Amino acid sequence: MSNKQRTVLVCHGTGCISGGSEQVFSLLKEEIKSSGHGEDILVKRTGCHGFCQQGPLIVIEPEGIFYTKVKTEDLTGVLKSLLPGGKPLRRLLYRDPATDKRITFYREIPFYSKQERTILKHCGYIDPEDINEYLDIGGYKALRKAISEMTPEGVISEVKQSGLRGLGGAGFPTGRKWESCRKATGGIKYVVCNADEGDPGAFQDRSVMEGNPHSVIEGMIIAAYAISAQKGFIYVRAEYPLAVSRLKTAIEHARQEGILGDNILDSDFSFDIEIFQGAGAFVCGESTALIRSIEGKRGMPKVMPRPRTTEEGLWNKPTLLNNVKTFANIPLIISNGSEWFAKKGTEKSKGTAVFSLTGKVVNCGLIEVPMGATLRKIIYDIGGGVPGGKALKAVQTGGPSGGCLPADMIDMPVDFDSLTKAGSIMGSGGLVVMDEDTCMVDVARYFLDFSQRESCGQCIPCRLGTRQMFDILDDITKGHGRPGDIDILLGLSEAIKRSSICGLGKTAPNPVLTTLRYFRDEYEAHIYEKRCPAGVCMQQQQEDE
Amino acid sequence: MMEKISIRIDDQDIVAKEGSTILEVALSNKIFIPHLCYHPDLKTAGACRVCLVEMENGQIVTSCRTPIKKGMVIKTKSPEVDRVRRPLIEMIIANHHMDCRNCLKKGQCGLQKIMAYMKIDKKRIQETLRLPKVELPLDESNPFFIRDHNKCILCGICVRTCQKIARINAIEFSGRGNNTKIATFADKPIADSICVSCGECVIRCPVGALVVKKPQRPAQEVKTICPYCSVGCGLFLGIRDGTIVNVRADNENPVNKGHLCVRGRYGLGFVHSTDRLKEPLMRQGTGTDNPPCPPLVKGGEGGFVEISWDEALTVVAKKLKKYKGEEIAVIASTRCTNEENYIAQKFARVAMGSNNIDTSVRLYDAPSIAALIETNSIGMMTNQIDNIEKAACILVVGANITRSHPVMGIKIKKAVEKGTNLIVISPKETDLCRYAHLRMNPYPGTDLALIMGMCNMILEEELHDNLFIEKHADNFEAFKESLEDFSLGRVERITGVSKDMIEKAARVYGESKPSTIIWDSGVTQFSQGTNNILSIINLSILTGNIDRPSSLIPLWGQNNALGASTMGCLPDFYPGFQPVADTEIAKKFENIWGQTLNPKPGLTLTEILNATRKGNIKALYIVGVDLVKNMAPTKKVKEALKKAKFIVFQDIFLNETAKFAHVILPAASFAEKDGTFTNTERRNQIINRAIDPVGSSQPDWKILCELAKRLKIDGFAFNGHEEIMSEISSVVSGMPLQRKKFRFTSLQYKPPAEVTDIDYPLILITDTDIYSCGSISKKVEGLEILRTKDLVSINPKDATDFEIEDGTTVKIISRHGNIKGIAKITRSVPSGLVSMYLEQEKMNQLIDPALDPVAKTPEMKICAVKIIAQKGYRLD
Repeated sequence: MSNKQRTVLVCHGTGCISGGSEQVFSLLKEEIKSSGHGEDILVKRTGCHGFCQQGPLIVIEPEGIFYTKVKTEDLTGVLKSLLPGGKPLRRLLYRDPATDKRITFYREIPFYSKQERTILKHCGYIDPEDINEYLDIGGYKALRKAISEMTPEGVISEVKQSGLRGLGGAGFPTGRKWESCRKATGGIKYVVCNADEGDPGAFQDRSVMEGNPHSVIEGMIIAAYAISAQKGFIYVRAEYPLAVSRLKTAIEHARQEGILGDNILDSDFSFDIEIFQGAGAFVCGESTALIRSIEGKRGMPKVMPRPRTTEEGLWNKPTLLNNVKTFANIPLIISNGSEWFAKKGTEKSKGTAVFSLTGKVVNCGLIEVPMGATLRKIIYDIGGGVPGGKALKAVQTGGPSGGCLPADMIDMPVDFDSLTKAGSIMGSGGLVVMDEDTCMVDVARYFLDFSQRESCGQCIPCRLGTRQMFDILDDITKGHGRPGDIDILLGLSEAIKRSSICGLGKTAPNPVLTTLRYFRDEYEAHIYEKRCPAGVCMQQQQEDE
Repeated sequence: MMEKISIRIDDQDIVAKEGSTILEVALSNKIFIPHLCYHPDLKTAGACRVCLVEMENGQIVTSCRTPIKKGMVIKTKSPEVDRVRRPLIEMIIANHHMDCRNCLKKGQCGLQKIMAYMKIDKKRIQETLRLPKVELPLDESNPFFIRDHNKCILCGICVRTCQKIARINAIEFSGRGNNTKIATFADKPIADSICVSCGECVIRCPVGALVVKKPQRPAQEVKTICPYCSVGCGLFLGIRDGTIVNVRADNENPVNKGHLCVRGRYGLGFVHSTDRLKEPLMRQGTGTDNPPCPPLVKGGEGGFVEISWDEALTVVAKKLKKYKGEEIAVIASTRCTNEENYIAQKFARVAMGSNNIDTSVRLYDAPSIAALIETNSIGMMTNQIDNIEKAACILVVGANITRSHPVMGIKIKKAVEKGTNLIVISPKETDLCRYAHLRMNPYPGTDLALIMGMCNMILEEELHDNLFIEKHADNFEAFKESLEDFSLGRVERITGVSKDMIEKAARVYGESKPSTIIWDSGVTQFSQGTNNILSIINLSILTGNIDRPSSLIPLWGQNNALGASTMGCLPDFYPGFQPVADTEIAKKFENIWGQTLNPKPGLTLTEILNATRKGNIKALYIVGVDLVKNMAPTKKVKEALKKAKFIVFQDIFLNETAKFAHVILPAASFAEKDGTFTNTERRNQIINRAIDPVGSSQPDWKILCELAKRLKIDGFAFNGHEEIMSEISSVVSGMPLQRKKFRFTSLQYKPPAEVTDIDYPLILITDTDIYSCGSISKKVEGLEILRTKDLVSINPKDATDFEIEDGTTVKIISRHGNIKGIAKITRSVPSGLVSMYLEQEKMNQLIDPALDPVAKTPEMKICAVKIIAQKGYRLD
């Protein structure tokens, strides 16, 4: 690391950038330089710190002083505090809403102290556009270890033993997927990273790519080594320009360092990665649709029964497709060993889960907890509870494919299987907190609106079914619900779930089914009493009348 | 081999082939399972999710995607299936047009059938489900069919048909969610897209989303052959009340196997055109030798009057008697049947004592015949189109096949999909270029150099078939010597094709066996046309391909061009390409026909016109061809026709040539007579009379036989086409298919006669339009609407140099005339070349073509021009 006395980390995640952190960064750099302390103080941009609600964020190391909501007019003060004898600038310190006290060091802020950050460990502390910083924290050591000390089979067995499950939503055991791709015959194989994060309110993949792109790349290279692939693609949404540019830089640097390309780290193994930008269709996050999209075709999921993508994927070649976070876990597993990883989490869900914590919660942001942490821990300990003294009503996980869980399920552990049992899913990690002012019918309507817009149109149940459900929910929220509507919604849901081609359709009714399961009375109030208990719907009409 | 296994569907035990799907087995056993996106011609899509069935374990599966397994027990209509399927069908209907009664598809609709099967209650749907709020406009841009998005169920059958059957890719899914629809590129009206109107999607659409504009169900169907191009697709004419109301492809026909293009499917309405000739016509004052005087009007001074057949034939017989032997010429028709063409040449030779018999083959394909005969390869035209799918390599030269012979184009694309290497030689970009592994664009008219260059390279790399050459070829040494002139450096300079490319092409062709060469008028219509074909034949002999089936496929211009030629409508050949000059053969024909024959080979069509202009030929009997439109220069052709003392014109329509006739005889169309056509693969196919001849028109053979009778000539007393065919068989029998060794030809390169200079710096080439095919397509309104009109393709660089803007009117000026066109700036033509979708008659105003010294075919393919922008006028 640097031999300077102090380092100022200025968050350059998308959230903080939109808050003005780029100006903060350049102005601070200039001021430090003109103050003559450029030799002593290093100003660095980093990826996302996670506490997006408090951005733009600045962390001063080595102490770990944490400044929130930093504006350019604060910089004179910040500079002063950095100089010898300077004291932390109180007004920029985080105020804990629970105790109303200022907290100087980020380690002491509950939002951070209650988390267990492994994938996100270095996000926010290294410059994502400098490969040396990644190397300094031990980056690419896992790759070196895999290539020089391990056989491909050894790598796969390590991943298998770790118990890692795919973090894209479905939770398929990663090691098994790798193994079947390794066994697939054929000379040409591909590794594809699914970075088509499209759930409303989810931004954890983006933050990993923006904050620590090399960890994803390293995971992909190790995967390629394990399955003997020559070429990789990162399918990233074009709506993530910052992630795209940081990945591009990272790939370029990795090539220059001999980490990507021919004869990686002077071995016989060659592999390269290309970035493919998606055009914004949600369904392209589905593996077969994603593959078609890379092939230059319209992104529509393939119909079952079909060969697994590990046997017949991109251009009909065996293809290993994993999520961003799944790949980011790989270097950690290889470096620290599968046992280290398997210690975290529950029996069937190992490791950690990354959530984008949003909605009616005090501390919004990106968090990481071990699998099996309870919703209570996430919402209250880390999230700081519901603001304004309101009551918690529900938690939505898994985006449009997931469901709404009522407040009384708050002590449920969050892992793949518990969520599925409760009618929701882990999904890619969106977690929306809802308070008493939220109308559950309106929430269902919101997610169905999303699904009906994003259906690829291929199969009738998904295309017409989500549309039909949305129309009915829209009518209900507008006070035009008909007596039989709940039964029709249930009937349609069953037909859609049982006959849709892909996951998008099969899970699209979940927001309706879970809200009907836990909040049926709200639907009934809308339909029979033309009343919205939360006071959200029919406001306009009432005013008009 | 797939084993047979037994399964049980509902209560029926069924034995079926392993590998079939549940749906296939059920449907073939008359068990109906509702389905929308399944079509037997296509791979299953599994998209509609309607064909659900219940398995023994209670699982619901899509029957179209589930292969049968031994002992399976399947329920097609359980309550479980209904629970899932009913909402699906109800949603479709809610989202569909509810008005079945006024739908053009009623009674034929897949959705209607399912509704009846499931007893769907429309009223319940209206009460429970939400109905769509917007109505999308119809796309009626195509004259033949309507696209109605409101009725579309997005089963994707049309998209898959366009991709996998028509191989055009004009349509795709667009948009997402409820806004998903089937769209063309940029969602333009279908007529403005790359759609070729083949209608394959229309016949497969299960609902009313794609329907023909005026659907009519036929009372009966008659099997016949398409009269347009020489592919010779089999089809069924649907007849109701003496009218062709629809056309259906013949799935059993080995040529097209169910494919049809727009011309065959929608272009046969010309039969019922009001312009059809119905009665014999005679020019007023035919008794004298007055020069004919256009314009053509019925009655009046110099016009035509209707006369009876008896009167007409009497007049013609009387006039023809005046002229003998070389004073008369018969021009036969490549659109007529084999039997009719046999009669036409027999009439010329036996009744008129003249070998002056020719057809429009002279203008297009004669170099192919000349070259194939010269090299003893004539028998090699016996092809089976299907074989091209087995070829390792297909070389396409001088042809825009997907436009001129669309169904052949489909077969080539199919072959490429199966792994055949495709090499395309074409000066401008054609549709097939997108499928080609190698594409070479030589300067027009330099193909000979390019192909000889390939031969040279093949020899150099020893890719030639030495064993074959030793055994089966002649003149190899001389040929080898002539190749020395074709070093790749030289060839590159002559053709503009890089050495690299020629090398690659030579290797691909040389290393692939068997390989096929397909060519069209892009190589024949040159002053070196015969030599061009000789070079192609050299290449085929050199690689030992020539004696394999389908090694050489000349694409004949019109449906029966090969038939007419084989029947002896050639001045130097009797039927079966038996030379007139061979005294023994002449004697044989004298014996069969019982008449002394003129020993002197006759004149070719181009020579006939010249001789007529000079006054040497005095009478012309013209069957089914428009010489004024098809021959150049127009002025000289008209001069010749004016000079003729007597012209009989016999066709189904009047045309520019008819204006010069003295007597006009109405002929029956292909739908009104029996006989055979010979297609490009030399397959004889039967055409059947489907309707009565229009008006008092008569089949061409009947007219000629009747005339012969009046001329008191024996040998024309035929009662039907079968009798003619049996005579044909007897005159061509015993003809050896392959007599001698294949002959290599030493060749020299000569540039085309038409060259650019400082005043005329650009070369104009003609392009083929799928909607335009001779005179008959002109009588079909829909084809005329869709025809690409007067577009001149110009390279952007040339457009800049000549200050031409896209979409503006331009004047094209040659040394001999000028025409107008609309500029289309495109990279599909290289700089220096302009290309025009051209009516031959327009091109003929620009050229005074040199003739190929052997075949006498005029160089009609290219013309040196300059282009001037016409200011102040713009077309949208």
